[in-house]
Amino acid sequence: MPSEERSLWESISARGLPSGRLHGTRGVIELGDLARHSAFGGQLEELRGASVLLTAKDQLTAALAMLELDGVARRLVLCTPDLPLQHLPGVIAGAETDCCVRDEGSAAAAEIGLPAITLQPALSTRTVTRRGQLATEWILLTSGTTGAPKLVLHTLASLTSALAGQPPPPEPLTWSTYYDIRRYGGLQIFFRGVHGGSLVLSDPAESVEDFLRRASAAGVTHISGTPSHWRKALMSGATGRLAPRYARLSGEIADQAVLDGLRAAYPQAIVAHAFASTEAGVAFEVRDGRAGFPESLVGAAGARVELRVTEGTLQIRSAGTAERYLGAAERLKGPDGFVDTGDRVEAREGRYYFMGRRGGVINVGGMKVHPEEVEAVINTHPWVRMSLVKARRNPITGAVVTADVVLAEESSAPGPRPAAAELMRELTERCRQTLAAHKVPALIRIVPALEISAAGKLVRPNA
Amino acid sequence: MSVRSTITSQFQQVAIEQERALSPLSDELKLVHSGLDSLSFAIIVARLEDSLGIDPFNASVAVEFPVTFGDFVKLYENFAK
Repeated sequence: MPSEERSLWESISARGLPSGRLHGTRGVIELGDLARHSAFGGQLEELRGASVLLTAKDQLTAALAMLELDGVARRLVLCTPDLPLQHLPGVIAGAETDCCVRDEGSAAAAEIGLPAITLQPALSTRTVTRRGQLATEWILLTSGTTGAPKLVLHTLASLTSALAGQPPPPEPLTWSTYYDIRRYGGLQIFFRGVHGGSLVLSDPAESVEDFLRRASAAGVTHISGTPSHWRKALMSGATGRLAPRYARLSGEIADQAVLDGLRAAYPQAIVAHAFASTEAGVAFEVRDGRAGFPESLVGAAGARVELRVTEGTLQIRSAGTAERYLGAAERLKGPDGFVDTGDRVEAREGRYYFMGRRGGVINVGGMKVHPEEVEAVINTHPWVRMSLVKARRNPITGAVVTADVVLAEESSAPGPRPAAAELMRELTERCRQTLAAHKVPALIRIVPALEISAAGKLVRPNA
Repeated sequence: MSVRSTITSQFQQVAIEQERALSPLSDELKLVHSGLDSLSFAIIVARLEDSLGIDPFNASVAVEFPVTFGDFVKLYENFAK
């Protein structure tokens, strides 16, 4: 398992050359071949000490870059393919990146505005010598209130702390994940896969059926996804294509229905739900098939990961928490080292249950939505005086976005008032033009008024 | 409007909004082949809760996740009884 002194490659090859494989939709790479060959050809040394923006669209290409750049680059910034181009300048400035590693599917070098190296999901035949040396900073992006991503600084040690001290599996495991490996939940599976096992990577263009077929052919034994990924798989009727020994849920609240659904689909498997966040790291994994987590996990003395509940929200301290935000004044953790997850929990009969996010942040299928960002778009409509965006529980994506809208008075509005149906169509269209699909309200209601607090702020549910 | 016709019109409406090509709706149609994505289904379920006043997924009894359009309609019809 990795230690602070070793690079990722050094730690996965510490007990001999890795025998596993990386399976992408565009190819298969033998991990052991990385000992002598590189996806960068002879260009890897050009990146020594650089701050690198990784924008490759293909996951296999990104996986190769991550394996090769740890220990070489000063900083590695992981961009997911859905990052809007408009946010790139902020990321580049915040992480002080010098160059970009891209592939054919990502934005052109000219659009990104950095010198670029373009990779293929393949290794060149040219022989390389690997040397690590640098303690690379890993930067993950997470959504912020304004829509611009926040830059979260991790190290290889913090990212792999959940694996540290664990004995190697007695036989090689084959991991897979519905997640993108550039997100925290997917990255955890990436490290598990390359440390003594194999890994099957997903592709957003691939159907659930095709993915499961490919995973099965590669002999996947361990697989993870969000509850939304798993509901989609259950609704595809194709879960039977795979017979995993371990199925994991994380990234969203796992409700009893999805846990029961997975238990029925995979009676032979361990069904585990984990709690982790980009900032707080991995906190725990629950294997008893029940929603929520045992109260005994909170406040346990001497635990590797310490949990506490303060004012109804879960706080975490461990070696797996991120260090800080890059380029932002906001503090990632308190003076005592605890990270406030913003996730509200409630104790009932010896168990804590997740009750949603504090501050109204909405989790739609594992993607965060800040209500303020959506309200700002709705409020640009000339007929809208104010709006309140909130979550509604949903069995498919965990939650959907809804909006309550107060209309302007006839006297102050521009012209005759449109019919309600027309207005809702206009508001939806306006949101769709500027916001990602999961942020567009699924339901819009016109209400006579919204509650305003004594401080003059909108009263938000559970804020 | 019947439960079935309410569901059918929601499928059509959401497909238009999400700019997705909806396959002809038959009971045998697998939802995964309907042309809709998870977000579309989430929106459909949220709106059906408003128009029909029921959310069979959130019931106290365990439900099986529907695989075909027919399963989906049956889930709502059984719950509405």
